[in-house]
Parts: sequence; structure tokens; C-alpha cells
Amino acid sequence: MWKLFQIEVFKIFRKPRTYLAFGIITGFIFLIQLGLVVNGKEFLSFMMGSVNDMMDVDYKSVINGYWVCFAILNLLLIHVPILVALVAGDIVSGEASMGTLRLLAAKPVSRAQIILAKFFATALYVLLLLVWIAFISLFLSLLIFGSDNLMVAKISDLRIIETGDVLWRYFCAFGFAFIAMLVVAALSLLLSTLSENSIGPIVATVGIVILCTLISEMEIPIYQKYIRPYLFTSYMLGWKGFFYINFNEENQTIKGSIENLPAILKSIAALVTYIILFVTASVVIFKRKDILS
Amino acid sequence: MPALISVTHLTKKFKDLTAVDDLSFTVNEGDIYGFLGQNGAGKSTTIRMLLSLVQPTSGAISIFNKNLFTHRSEVLRQTGAVIEKPDLYKYLSAYQNLYLFAKLSGIKVTRQLIMDQLEMVGLAERATSKVKTFSQGMKQRLGIAVALVHNPALIVLDEPTNGLDPQGIADMRNLILRLSKEMGKTVVVSSHLLSEIEIIANRILIINKGKKVVEGNASELLDPSKTLVKITTTDDAAAIAKLQHSEWNTVINQENGISLMMNRNEIPRLIAGMVAMEIAIVSIVPQHSLENYFLSLTNQTRHVEAFSN
Repeated sequence: MWKLFQIEVFKIFRKPRTYLAFGIITGFIFLIQLGLVVNGKEFLSFMMGSVNDMMDVDYKSVINGYWVCFAILNLLLIHVPILVALVAGDIVSGEASMGTLRLLAAKPVSRAQIILAKFFATALYVLLLLVWIAFISLFLSLLIFGSDNLMVAKISDLRIIETGDVLWRYFCAFGFAFIAMLVVAALSLLLSTLSENSIGPIVATVGIVILCTLISEMEIPIYQKYIRPYLFTSYMLGWKGFFYINFNEENQTIKGSIENLPAILKSIAALVTYIILFVTASVVIFKRKDILS
Repeated sequence: MPALISVTHLTKKFKDLTAVDDLSFTVNEGDIYGFLGQNGAGKSTTIRMLLSLVQPTSGAISIFNKNLFTHRSEVLRQTGAVIEKPDLYKYLSAYQNLYLFAKLSGIKVTRQLIMDQLEMVGLAERATSKVKTFSQGMKQRLGIAVALVHNPALIVLDEPTNGLDPQGIADMRNLILRLSKEMGKTVVVSSHLLSEIEIIANRILIINKGKKVVEGNASELLDPSKTLVKITTTDDAAAIAKLQHSEWNTVINQENGISLMMNRNEIPRLIAGMVAMEIAIVSIVPQHSLENYFLSLTNQTRHVEAFSN
């Protein structure tokens, strides 16, 4: 299994397509950082709208490395599934279309091991992608914009998290994002086992994620009650929960607190369940598959 | 020689299409077993079942005296295969491709082993070149190296000369003969060309529309003095039982009536013998030699293709 995993990792990181995702992410984050360096004040002023009239905002202090990273993650994490699908959607079907799947499956390794090795190799790719995102969006932003308290806006209020209370929240948020992206990877893997070409699973994964996200976000009661709890996308944005800090009776934020930890844990449990379901289905389907490509 | 592959009543159905229909055959250790049939006859499906790439609908496959589906890894560890086109990872070099598949075969892989294999197929100088830069012949040679790198006892080659130039075809034939005669390997090789198979195989199986047409030793099947005689009686089962206890006991195909491989001049004596055994004969049809028979199958297809065009 370990040998098979090493081989799958080797194959993933020998493909030029793999580095496309890293390139796109880097370019995107640099663009946001450049935009905020030049027009950060205008952007934040626009985002805060009427709040500007009610209070004086120290823009220089608000636009710090932590806030920039939070803004990047808000914009970026919705699009990372596309980059995950780019690699995971190709992992079985790409071999089928290339003709190497029959060589691989005719070797003395079980089909379950092949699928699990491919999943774990994809998981490593997702992990490295998120570490790279963390590095350039957090550490590079801290270098460019410096550090200060993080201001987080919720629908009804603004919350300030002290500088010393922020970093662990980012580690937790990236950990959560890793699990969320693994769901996308597992879904892509499942679709990849059903197809003989790479484009189908990649497009299908992106389509499913977009459709489910739209339904999850629709404020229609019947959808919210009967469909939303069963959509994996309903749990994917739970990382934000780590930045929703509690208030005490004097309306001051409590250091180290999280407003709704049970909701975050519930989201993690739901996402892990989806990963297990998708990977198990992939193994079952691949074990029964006639390799005709 | 003991049986290395034993296939019994193998059937594969894809929805309404029966690709392989109740096929049984045996490959002995050391054989070069020619698997012959037109395109679409069911050769590739059968070979894929031998490699556990396709699950049979029914029937059994035993290789190295082990059930393929319960001892899959043990069987595949001793099997090497080139399945149709030699598709490899185009973005990897010849060395990397070979290294990767050698690792998967469960052997200890050294640089020397990989380079020796590349040397054997004449690709040592291109070891670091990416496969996407290779010609079809070079890919085929690398595919052979992948099939042989773990020193398997059984080698399965599905249409190994497809896309090769005349020199490549001759090299492939010589390699197959060398694998069998010098290295003692058992080789199953499929082709849609009788001319290819008759040069190298010592045993031949012909299939058509998924069914066995004939199986036997190449020397016998290709001997023009041998004639395939198809007999129909009022009670084939009783006739087979009687023939099996007579000098005409070489019944080779009991699936679609009674067939005997015999000298054409002996047919009158066969008829007299069957009458003496009180077998009610409906018809006796001497068929063409193997070569003519195979060509007639091919021509049949060509006629259909001509009409469909």
C-alpha cells in the first residue's frame, strides 16, 4: 500500500497539470494583495458601507496581514474545489483514457488498494495546495501588511479578535478547509471511476459543487429544511466559525473562545461521513468495473 | 506438459451482447499458444478475463493450478502482459515507466535491473527520454520490457504486432520464439492473422463470435492432409458415446454437433464404421483445411463490411 501510494504521488507530481493549480492560486493571491496595497482603503470603505457613517474606521490598522488572509480565504475557498477536481477527476479516468489503467490493474495489487492509494495521494496534493495557500495568503500578507487585531464582520455585528488570538484560528480554519476539500476530492474520485475520459468527471464535480452551493445558499424554507442538511456544501464553509468569537456580559470579546463549537464539530462529522461514503463507493465500483479501455 | 492455464465454460455477456460464449481451452507449460480470431471475435475480452481485468459472467479460470479470482495477486505476480497498444505514461521517461511497473510487480528493483531490461529491448540509450517522444515500435518494445521485467513464467501478448513495421514484426516473432525456447516461458499470443500465428505457435485456438471453432496442435491443424469432418446424426449424444469407444475417438468438438479431424481418404471407412455401429447419419460434411476455413471466416466478414459500406 505504501509503495502504491508513493507511486501515485510520483505520478501526480510529474504531471504538468498539477502545477497549474499552484500557479493559478499564486497569481490570484498576488493580484488580491497588489489590489489591497494600492486600493485597500477604498475597497474596505466600499465593503463597510453605512458603517463608515456610524464610526471612525482606522483603515491602516484594519488592513493588516490577518485581515487580508481572511479576505483572500473568503474569495478563494469557493474556487479551490475546481483546482482539486482538476487533479482528482483525472486520477482514474485519465489512466483509462491513456490506456495505462489496464496495465496497472493487471499488476499484483488489489483494486481496493489502487483506489485507496489514489485517494491518499490526492489528499497529499490537497494538503500541499492548502499549505501553499496558507503560506502565501497568511505569511506573505503578514510580511506585506504587518499584523494587528483582526476585524471580522458578521451580518449583525463586528467582532475584533486580538493579535495573539488569531493564528491558532487560522491553523484550525485551514485544517477544516482540508477536510472540506477532501470531500470534493472523494467526489471527484468517485466520478472518475465511472468515466473513461478526464473532462467528464472534472466538469461533473464542478457542476455538482456549484449546484449544491446554490441550493445551500438559497433562503427558501423548503430547501433549507429538507435538502440543505443532506448537501455536503452546506458544511463546507464551517471554517468561518473559528473566527466567530464570543462576547462576555460587558460586550467584550472573550479570548480563545468560539461562538458555536458544536456546529463546527457537526460540520466536520458530516464532511468526514461524505468522504467515507464517496471513497467506499469508489472502491466498490472500481472492484466490479470491467476494464475495457 | 502440465496445464498452466485451464479455462472452462467461460462466458462474458455485455448486456445483450455475448462476447465470449462457453469457451474452454487449456494452455500447457512451455506452449506458444496462438489465439486466433477476427476482430471482434472475443480474443481481447478472453485475454482481459485471463488478466482479471474483466469479470466473467460464468465459467472458471485456473492459472498455475490456482483459481484466478481467489488467488489473483499470486497469479499476476508470475504473469506479464502487453494488452493491445503498449500505452504507458507519456509524461514519464522510459526508465521511470519501467521502474514504476517493476515496483508494482512486487520485486526488488535496482538501477541495473532496469537498465538491463532497457538494453534487452534496445532502449538503453533512450532511458531518460519521455515516452511521448517514442515511435510506436519503441513504445511496443518498452511495453515488452514492462511485461518481462519481473521475470514472469507466463506472458500474455494481445495483438503484439499491431502498428509495427515489417522489421518490428520480425523482431517480435523472434523475441516470442526466444522467450519460449531459450527462457522456457509460456506465451499466449493473440492475433487476427493466421500467417503470424502459424509461424510461432505450437498450439492454436480459433474463436469466432465468442465460440471455439477449433483447438489443437499447430502441426496437426495446419497439416493439409488433415480434414475437419462435421457429422450430424439423429442422436448426436448416443453417436458420440459410440464413437468414443471406437477407433474414431478423437472427437475434438462436441459443442455444435460432432467434429473429427481426420484424413479425407478415410471418410468412406468412417461411414462404413458408423453404419456398423448403427448410428443414423443425417450428414457428413468434410470442411476446408484450417487455413481455408479461417480465410472463409475472414471473407464472410469482408462481405458484410462491403454491404454495410
